[in-house]
Amino acid sequence: MTLKFHADQTEAQMGMQTEGRITDIKERYKGGVLKYKQMGYWRPDYAPKDTDFICVFRITPQEGVDTEEAAAAVAGESSTATWTVVWTDMLTAHEDYQAKAYRIDPVPGTGPGTDKEAQYFAYIAYDIILFEEGSIANVTASLIGNVFSFKPLKAARLEDIRIPVAYVKTFKGPPTGIIVERERLDKYGRPLLGATMKPKLGLSGKNYGRVVYEGLTGGLDFTKDDENINSQPFMHWRDRFLFCMEAVNKAQANSGEIKGHYLNITAATMEDMYERAEMAKALGSNIIMVDLIIGWTAIQSISNWARKNDMILHMHRAGHGTYTRQKNHGVSFRVIAKWLRLAGVDHLHAGTAVGKLEGDPMTVQGYYNVCRDSVTRQDFSRGLFFDQDWADLRKVMPVASGGIHAGQMHQLLHLFGDDVVLQFGGGTIGHPGGIQAGATANRVGIEAMVKARNEGRDILNEGPDILRAAAKWCKPLEQALETWKDVSFNYNSTDTPDFVATPTASN
Amino acid sequence: MHITQGQFSFLPPLTEAEIRAQVDYAISKGWAVAIEWTDDPHPRNVYWSMWGPPMFEIRDGAAVTFELEACRKANPDSYIKINAFDNTRGVESTVMSFIVNRPAHEPGFGLTRQEADGRNIRYTTRPYSTERPGR
Repeated sequence: MTLKFHADQTEAQMGMQTEGRITDIKERYKGGVLKYKQMGYWRPDYAPKDTDFICVFRITPQEGVDTEEAAAAVAGESSTATWTVVWTDMLTAHEDYQAKAYRIDPVPGTGPGTDKEAQYFAYIAYDIILFEEGSIANVTASLIGNVFSFKPLKAARLEDIRIPVAYVKTFKGPPTGIIVERERLDKYGRPLLGATMKPKLGLSGKNYGRVVYEGLTGGLDFTKDDENINSQPFMHWRDRFLFCMEAVNKAQANSGEIKGHYLNITAATMEDMYERAEMAKALGSNIIMVDLIIGWTAIQSISNWARKNDMILHMHRAGHGTYTRQKNHGVSFRVIAKWLRLAGVDHLHAGTAVGKLEGDPMTVQGYYNVCRDSVTRQDFSRGLFFDQDWADLRKVMPVASGGIHAGQMHQLLHLFGDDVVLQFGGGTIGHPGGIQAGATANRVGIEAMVKARNEGRDILNEGPDILRAAAKWCKPLEQALETWKDVSFNYNSTDTPDFVATPTASN
Repeated sequence: MHITQGQFSFLPPLTEAEIRAQVDYAISKGWAVAIEWTDDPHPRNVYWSMWGPPMFEIRDGAAVTFELEACRKANPDSYIKINAFDNTRGVESTVMSFIVNRPAHEPGFGLTRQEADGRNIRYTTRPYSTERPGR
């Protein structure tokens, strides 16, 4: 109330408004077109409530478009506004339904004096009434709906989101979560190891199951279908499931350890997916997998199914790069990760930092925090704009997959800690000594590294020595280190946080 | 047969000093340490016998070494593992687990296949150790 009073007073002092918010009802609802600012979507005096959603968008306004107006337009188009004044607003408590742009910061390294056109971080608050409980589909329809095609903006990117605890509690979250997954698998205190089956396409069911068996017997915890293995002519899904479960059970008996293979149930329809999930369950699989491209509604549905059927749900983020990678337009993966934790997945590919796929190390760590924290803390260096209380929602196991090998074990453990699945596809199957040898090299590498870390050694610096020492008695590890010794993917990341460390004022 | 449960089963057996280093790490984190043993290490055998309750708020790894020795003496031909437990809100579960004793001969497991409908097979992992229990 105090804030509102203050705003009104200021406007009274300023007299007739042409640029700012129009509070006079007759003026505000005259037919015609007003600026978004005039309609009330720019509210620099607004203090977000604990129950508000807060979004930070990176916006690139078209030439000549006022920055505040651009931010107001984003707020308007992602909430109640249309292009012209409508009197029907007056039938509602419209001020509550209006999203409110309340803060704009220039993005460091853009604008005059740089080689990039001006970009801004626009902070926008949304009242919780705007969103249906427990529905990511609804949240995304507003926040990344029409607004991303809006002409006055050259580009827009949803950088981060603060989800109010009250809304977090409307989701069940991951069906299994890190803790229960470990208790089911009886695996503690070290990263889990996996491998994606290669070649990803063309193997018959029987040959495919052989690769699964060799990998698991060699020491992996999991093997994995690739994202585009569904039910093609060379291998129908039922054949894959049957042979893979033979492989899993045989490897389990050989090792006395629980093993799993992510059976990809991604299919054309929800009915097909349920059918495949039921078959996976009937065969005794402990995990199923879907691709991100199935969409939010399908993800929440299969998450419910997984929860009812004691199934771990693995999410392969196929397709995300189309909208997460470019910094000026799209949605940051940290936002996608937050939505997926709410929607309810147990595993989520979240980057490797050192592998073949895009990912600045600090930014990737930010994604891991979102997956695993009880409370995620604001950390601009990792791209985290807000504190996020997860209200005890279960935690998502991040998956590091894509172009990693045993020689990077110390870096991976240092970057990501224990709660991660390290997936070495080529780094297992491409081993010169065979698939079992590849798996053993990775398992020995990670166990040696965890042991050394626990003993207090500085693994980041001593890592190569620790691996070499283990390689003296472990031939497969020696071969792995020799084969991939020069392999690294040192390219500049396209997606890095833009921030300037500013000292906090003392008063 | 060499069962590979736990954090360090792919490494050479841990020496007493190496076990102590891991225990000290757990203690430094404020975790409780527990000793459990069994003659049936079936992968789904969740509840091994507890060698006493978990040791909470211990400051010295010597207490664990002492109990481990006693457990080994009583069950020399068994599997023994050391677990660490973290009671932090949101974890409240086991955070370390590694085998520190094995029988001289590890009998391993057989796989029983029951043909079911279609090509479906129902699998049972059968521990050979239960054929001659108490060994």
